[in-house]
Amino acid sequence: MISTLGFGTLAIAFALSIYGIIAVAVGLRRRRPEFVRSAEMVAYVNFGLLTLANLAMVYALVTHDFSVSYVAQVGSRSTPLFFTVISLWSALEGSILFWGWVLAAYTAAAVYLHRDRPGPLVPCANATLLVIGAFFYMLLIGPANPFGRVWPVPLDGPGPNPLLQNHLLMAVHPPLLYLGYVGMSVPFAFAVGALLSGELDDGWIRMTRRWTIAAWSFLSLAIVAGMWWAYEVLGWGGYWGWDPVENASFMPWLTATAFLHSVMVQERRDMLKVWNLGLIVSTFLLTILGTFLTRSGIVSSVHAFAQGTIGYYFLGFIAIGLIASLALLAGRGEALRSEGALDAVASRETVFLVNNLLLTAFTFTVLLGTLFPIVAEAVRGVKVSVGAPFFNRMTVPLCVALLFLIGVGPALPWRRATADQLRRGLVPPAAAAVLVAGLSVVFGVRAFYTVLAFAFGAFALVANVNEFVTGVRARRRAHGEGVLTALARLVRSNPRRYGGYTAHLGVIAMAIGIAASSTFKEERQATLRVGERLAVPGGFELRFDELWAAEEPRRFVVGADVTVFREGREAGQLAPRLNYYRGTDQPLTTPAVRSRPKQDLYVTLMAFDERDGSSATFLVLVEPLVIWIWIGGGIIGLGAVIALLPRRRRRDATLGPASARFATSGAGEVAG
Amino acid sequence: MSRVRGRGRKLGLIAGMVIILGGFAYLVYGGIGENLVYFLTPTELMERGERAYDAPVRLGGQVAPGTIEWDADALDLRFELTDGTKTLTVHSKGAPPQMFRDGIGVVVEGRLMRSGVFESTNVMVKHSNEYRPPPEGHAPQDLYRSLVREAES
Repeated sequence: MISTLGFGTLAIAFALSIYGIIAVAVGLRRRRPEFVRSAEMVAYVNFGLLTLANLAMVYALVTHDFSVSYVAQVGSRSTPLFFTVISLWSALEGSILFWGWVLAAYTAAAVYLHRDRPGPLVPCANATLLVIGAFFYMLLIGPANPFGRVWPVPLDGPGPNPLLQNHLLMAVHPPLLYLGYVGMSVPFAFAVGALLSGELDDGWIRMTRRWTIAAWSFLSLAIVAGMWWAYEVLGWGGYWGWDPVENASFMPWLTATAFLHSVMVQERRDMLKVWNLGLIVSTFLLTILGTFLTRSGIVSSVHAFAQGTIGYYFLGFIAIGLIASLALLAGRGEALRSEGALDAVASRETVFLVNNLLLTAFTFTVLLGTLFPIVAEAVRGVKVSVGAPFFNRMTVPLCVALLFLIGVGPALPWRRATADQLRRGLVPPAAAAVLVAGLSVVFGVRAFYTVLAFAFGAFALVANVNEFVTGVRARRRAHGEGVLTALARLVRSNPRRYGGYTAHLGVIAMAIGIAASSTFKEERQATLRVGERLAVPGGFELRFDELWAAEEPRRFVVGADVTVFREGREAGQLAPRLNYYRGTDQPLTTPAVRSRPKQDLYVTLMAFDERDGSSATFLVLVEPLVIWIWIGGGIIGLGAVIALLPRRRRRDATLGPASARFATSGAGEVAG
Repeated sequence: MSRVRGRGRKLGLIAGMVIILGGFAYLVYGGIGENLVYFLTPTELMERGERAYDAPVRLGGQVAPGTIEWDADALDLRFELTDGTKTLTVHSKGAPPQMFRDGIGVVVEGRLMRSGVFESTNVMVKHSNEYRPPPEGHAPQDLYRSLVREAES
C-alpha cells in the first residue's frame, strides 16, 4: 500500500518534471504563456507530491512496515521513535528522498516568490530546477528506490547505522547539509536561467541574494554541526580529519563563500560577470560531487555506507551539468563582457579579488587531495590515501592569509583608498596584531602559523569591531541615540553589510579556537584500577570510581564513572561510555566532555577489564578554546540571520510601494 | 584612454592569476606526492624492498591468534599481523580498540623500522557497517553480564 503510494507519487513527479521542462521550452519559443504557467503549477504540485512521498516513508518507518525495502534496511522495533523518524536520512535511498523534498520545496518557493517578474528568466530558472528535480526523481524510481517491496516481510530490521543514533547532532547535521546543498540549486538555476534567457545583467544575482545567503548559512551550520558531531562521537578528540566526506561538504562552502563576496563586485562595479557565473556553477556541481562522494561508496569512510550503480548516474549528471554550463557560458561570451575596471590596487575590489583567488586555490587543493586516491585507484590500481599533513601544509597558510583579508576588506573603501583612509582603517588593527603576536611569543607560543593566526585574528577582530564602533559613534553624534539603539539602527540600516561583519566575527572565533586547540592539545593515556587517580595537564586530576554496564532496548552500554578534581577540589563527574548497538559487535565510543570557555576536558573509555571491571584504560585530552569553534558557528548563523533581515529605510525616505519593494527584493542593498 | 589602461591592467591581472595558480598547482602536486600513504598488506609491503622502510603506510591484515602481548600498565602493545602469506610484528604505544582480539581484521598506521618491527601510531579495527550479529555467547550483554549494576539488572 505505502509502497504503491510512495512510488506512484515519485513516478508522477518525475513525469510532471519532464512535462514542465518541455512546457517551458515550447511556451517560450511559441509564445504560449499558458504553457509557461502550467510549468509553474508543476513546481507547486511536485512539492505536494514529494511531501506526500516523504510522509508516506515516515509513516512506514514509524509503523515498522518492513515490507517497504527502506524500512527493512534501516528500521528496527527497538529503535526509539525519534531515531526512527530521523532514520529517514540515515541511508542512501531515504536521504535522496529527503533531498527530493527539499528541492521540491525550494523550487516551489523560488517560483512562487518571483512569479510576478516579467520575462523568460524565472521560467528558465524553473525549468533548470525541474531538470535537477527530474534527475533526483529518476534516481528514486530507479536505482535508489526507497519504496521497493520485500517478501517475505521480515519481523524486524537491523536499525539505523549506530553512528547516526549515538548523538542528537545527527538529527541536525544532515537536514542542514541538505538545506545548504540543495539551496545552492536556486542561485545556480537562476544563473542558468540568465544564460538561457539572455538577461545577463545582475538581475539574477539580486533575485537570488537571499537564497544564496540562506543556503550558505545552512551549509556553514551543517559543517560546524558535523565537526561537533565528530568531536562528540568519534572519540579521538578531533573535529576535522580531512575525510573525503568532510571535504565534500567543505568545497561547495569555499566556492559559495567566494561567490558571496564576488557578487558584490559585480553589483558595485559591473565586473566579474563570467567569474560569478563560473563560481555558482562550480558550487552547484560540487554539491552534486559531494553527494556522489558521500553516497556512492566510492571512498570508504565513516559516512560512505552505500554501494551500487548509483555512482554512474551521478557522474553522468555532473558531466552533463559541466558541459552544458560551459557551452552556455561560451555561447554568451560576447554579452558577458564586463563594463567596469579596477581603479586602484588599494581598494575593496582588490581584496575581494585576492579573497576569491585564495578561496579558489583552497578549493582546488581540497579537490585534488580528495580525488587523487580515487583516480590513483582507478588508473593504477593502488590503494592510497592522501595524508592529513598534505592538507594541513597546503591550507594552513591559506587560512591565515584569509584571516588577514577578513581584516583588510572592511577597512578599505570601494574604488580607491586614500592614504588617510588606509591609515585610519589599518593602523588600529595592525597595532592589535603586533601586540598579540608579541604577547603570544612572550607566553611561549613557538609555532609560526599559530602566532600568525592569533595576530591576524586580532587584526581582523579589531577591524570588524571597528566598523560597528565607528558606525555607532557617528549615529550617536548625529541623532543622539543610546548605544544599543544606535547599534540596532545601524545594523538595520544595512543588514547585509553588518550581517557580513558579524559572520566575520564568527569565522575569527572559529579560527582562534581551531588554532589554539590543535596547537596546544595535550594527551594522556593510562590504565587505572578502581580508586586510582591520574593527573592530567591543566591542573586536572581524574579518579576512576567504578565500571558499570547497563542493558537498554537498543544497545548495551559499558560506562566508567570518573570524578574530576581541579586544583585538588572536586569539580564534577564524567561518564565516558562504550555503546554496543544491536547487530554489530563493535562498540561506539561515547566520550565525556567537560566544556569550559578556557578549555575542554575530554575523556574516552578505550578499554576495560572484561572479567570483573577492576581496571579501565582511558584516553584523556585537554584542548583549549574548543568551545569557541561551536560558538563561532553560532555567530556565523547570527550574521546570516542579520544579513537576511529586510533593510530599514530611513524614516524621511518615501514610504509605501518603494520600501515594500526594497523589503521583498532587497534591491539596492550593497555592502560597503 | 582609461578603457585601454583598464584592459592592460586586466590582462596583467589574468597573467598574475595564471602564474600564481600555476605555482600553486605545482606545490599541490609535489605535496600530494610526498604525503601519499599507501594501503598495503604485509606481502605487498615486503615486495617494496628498500622503499618499504620508514615510509608512512597503512597496513591491513589479521591479528595472528595467540600473538597479542598487551601490557595495560605500560600501555605497550605487540602483536603479529598476517595476510596469510607474510607476517609482520607490530608494536604500538597506547590501548588498542576494545574490539581488538585474535583473528580480527585490523588496519595499522605507521612505519616499518629497520629492525623489522612495524611501529604503529594508530591501530584500527576494520570497519564493517554490515549487519553482522555477534556469534552465540559473544554478544556484549552475554560477555559483560557481570558488570551490569545490581540496581539496574
